[in-house]
Amino acid sequence: MKRLLPRALMAPAVVTLFLWMIVPLLMTLYFSAVHYNLMQPGEKTFAGLENFEYFFTDPDFGASVWNTIVLLGSVIVITVVLGTALALLVNDPFPGRGIVRVLLISPFFVMPTANALLWKHMMMNPVYGVLAQVAIFFGTTPVDWLTDHPLFSIILMVSWQWLPFACLIFITSLQSLDRDQMEAAGMDGANAFQKFWFLTLPHLARPIAVVVMIELIFLLSVFAEIFTTTGGGPGNDSTNVAFLIFKQALMNFDVGVASAGALFAVVLANIAAAFLIRMIGKNLD
Amino acid sequence: MSFLQLKGVEKVFGEVRAIKGIDLTINKGEFIVFVGPSGCGKSTLLRMIAGLTDIDGGSVQLDGRDITHLPSSKRDLAMVFQSYALYPHMSVFDNMSFALRLANVDKAVIKQKVGHAAEILNLTKYLDRTPKELSGGQRQRVAIGRAIVRAPKVFLFDEPLSNLDAALRGQTRIEIAKLHRDLGATTIYVTHDQVEAMTLADRVVVLRDGAIEQVGSPLELYDKPANQFVAQFIGTPQMNVVDTAKLPELREVVGASHAPDGFIGVRPENVMVRPAGGGKLPARVELIESLGADTLIYTSVGHNGNGVQIVSRQAERTSLAPGDSVGLDIAPASFHLFDRQGHKVAAR
Amino acid sequence: MKHISLVIRTLAAWIITLLIVFPLIWLVLTAFKTEQQAISVPPQLFFTPTLASFAEVNLRSDYLLFAKNSVITSFVSTILGLAIAAPAAYSMAFFRSPATRDILMWMLSTKMMPAVGALVPIYVMAQTAGMLDSLPALIIVFTLSNLPIMVWMLYSGFKDIPSDILEAARMDGANVWGEFLHVIRPLAMGTLASTGLLCLVLSWNEAFWALNLSSAKAGTLATLIASYSSPEGLFWAKLSAASLMAIAPIVVVGWFSQKQLVQGLTFGAVK
Repeated sequence: MKRLLPRALMAPAVVTLFLWMIVPLLMTLYFSAVHYNLMQPGEKTFAGLENFEYFFTDPDFGASVWNTIVLLGSVIVITVVLGTALALLVNDPFPGRGIVRVLLISPFFVMPTANALLWKHMMMNPVYGVLAQVAIFFGTTPVDWLTDHPLFSIILMVSWQWLPFACLIFITSLQSLDRDQMEAAGMDGANAFQKFWFLTLPHLARPIAVVVMIELIFLLSVFAEIFTTTGGGPGNDSTNVAFLIFKQALMNFDVGVASAGALFAVVLANIAAAFLIRMIGKNLD
Repeated sequence: MSFLQLKGVEKVFGEVRAIKGIDLTINKGEFIVFVGPSGCGKSTLLRMIAGLTDIDGGSVQLDGRDITHLPSSKRDLAMVFQSYALYPHMSVFDNMSFALRLANVDKAVIKQKVGHAAEILNLTKYLDRTPKELSGGQRQRVAIGRAIVRAPKVFLFDEPLSNLDAALRGQTRIEIAKLHRDLGATTIYVTHDQVEAMTLADRVVVLRDGAIEQVGSPLELYDKPANQFVAQFIGTPQMNVVDTAKLPELREVVGASHAPDGFIGVRPENVMVRPAGGGKLPARVELIESLGADTLIYTSVGHNGNGVQIVSRQAERTSLAPGDSVGLDIAPASFHLFDRQGHKVAAR
Repeated sequence: MKHISLVIRTLAAWIITLLIVFPLIWLVLTAFKTEQQAISVPPQLFFTPTLASFAEVNLRSDYLLFAKNSVITSFVSTILGLAIAAPAAYSMAFFRSPATRDILMWMLSTKMMPAVGALVPIYVMAQTAGMLDSLPALIIVFTLSNLPIMVWMLYSGFKDIPSDILEAARMDGANVWGEFLHVIRPLAMGTLASTGLLCLVLSWNEAFWALNLSSAKAGTLATLIASYSSPEGLFWAKLSAASLMAIAPIVVVGWFSQKQLVQGLTFGAVK
């Protein structure tokens, strides 16, 4: 009886999550090995590794992997560097710090589709957008962001959204920085930069690692921004792996190939997740 | 008359035998103190009596009832935790009345009992406050009040004074002593502080490594320690314990010429410091500690480099300084003998 | 010297913050303009605010329907999620076993899988069951997506209850149910509330599944906003008004639940 209660309490969560994990996985494995097109649902012939071959030899595949890497790398670098800088700036008290912190966190809570269109229309529109107006004000020609620099535009949107996240994490972490240590360093003759380099940065090493891991995992699935603005284009200029899989599944209706791609994405995510899990595990009592 | 009886109580943690077959009889109305160094098992033993930790072997009887396997809620014991463990979301009144409310006691009775306890503890005007609005000392009194209200068979205290500052500690110690005198309740009190043990206890239980070293009244333990461990644990400053091999002439000085190989113990208050040339044992002053009412003189006896430390305590102030030569005398028949294993040896 | 550095820091912080938040400020301003004012070149900073665009939003598409869907899907998935997660978290916090840690890690790891990995099977299953563009499908998917984070946050909150308070309750005569009723439940309310809020935020903003599994009937505000991607005619002010209405409640909630957010989204890896 003593063991029955805990197990019964955990059962719903464990069972549902297990199904949520296993069922799609098994189905994906199955689909990736058959020819299955949603337009011809009846025909499911065995395909062996053909779907994988097709996915990996698709000319868009290479581009999408590259774009994913660029997207991930850029957003991570931007959010970590700027996030750290901002966190340091607002760490010490100044008038209105409370309001500033609240304002800074706002972009993170904007839904991805609103975020995307906010930038596409309000900011980046080459005629009416704010960036265009600013360019005209300074006498330069406005840039057609989404057409000429699609991937960069996506990067900008995603960074804008995730910068507050990184910033908030670093602010939280800086609050646990030992002031006594800083004072001791000051008495030992360290200047501001040295204090940052030798004390603050190592302290931030762990949260930076966490932010990088979390962003790696969540940014792999960037989709809504691309869907709403560039549609992956022009061509495949702003297609990432997630969008490519989507294209195969719901635009080409080729479930088989899409599933092969999905497995690829899952493997990638697993690698990043393995590191993150280990890091969390250390923190878990 | 045995009120609480422990027979062969055992506790095992994994491979380690944390409590090794404890036998103890506690009488009604006694104030028992469990004392010992960190890790000796005193808190574990208390928690086993409380029912918060399982008993792996042996039995516990309370007022004729076997409570060994009863859950805590049914043992009719009250505990004052080291951290006080007050319910943060309840007022002082609700904290103190919680147990009675669970037992569906009549509201009027609850009000009367809580009011009475609050009066004894000077908490009456804090009854509506929540724990976070109270100071450390007040919280501690609420914790005690919570126990008093229940009028349990035995009160259990787990190092209740350790989170208080020194001044408050002394004061609260006196209040606990007074409470016991007024309520006459059977109490088990755990502490690592031997001053609390000496001043509060009717009987002291000295524990080491999960076993009882000695049980007795405070003065019994002080005057007749059963072994070297108890001798050195009880008494501040610590008893001087000297290896006979290092200072053989001490035998003559204390008057125990036939003492076997082992250790000789002498309490500092039985060491008298005489001017140089006097006394039976030449020594050199190392350090003076003037505490006001007491003066401690740390001396070094013996040949250069091999000095044995002997501490003397006296009521008079001294004008001695480190480096001075002095002579030591030991009060007659004030020594204790121990063998190499720390067991007591009878004097002949 | 210190005074000057304070002034510089204050100015820098405020200017940078305003720059970063500028798009949102612009959004808010544009929402209160007419379409003509919204596209005026150069952009107008001063204008008489009007609610006209808010009204027109509903003419263009059934805003209320989408709003209702957002409300239903996020609230129901939150309640459902709490109902499933709370008992599990309770069990893991108070009836710990050697497997507890592993199970918790496993649950967290399910959150780390990219949604796109499950897109195909879920879509096919929904289509087969005739549940495409239905609220239940969205609710199920939202609940399962947020479940790991909810279990984790509730577990952390439950563990924070000091064990000696529970022991005190036991000494005072409480049995297991009594402990739960009188001690755990009141002290865990805060965690339940903040976990629920976080789940609300995540479900409300959820775009991936909403875009793929729903359209005209079960679409949420996320999909409605997406439909402004390439509309005809003048729409900036309407887009701003629609967006403002869609994001305002959640942004405000976010202001109040910052700490919980950090805890939840980093799985507690940052203290």
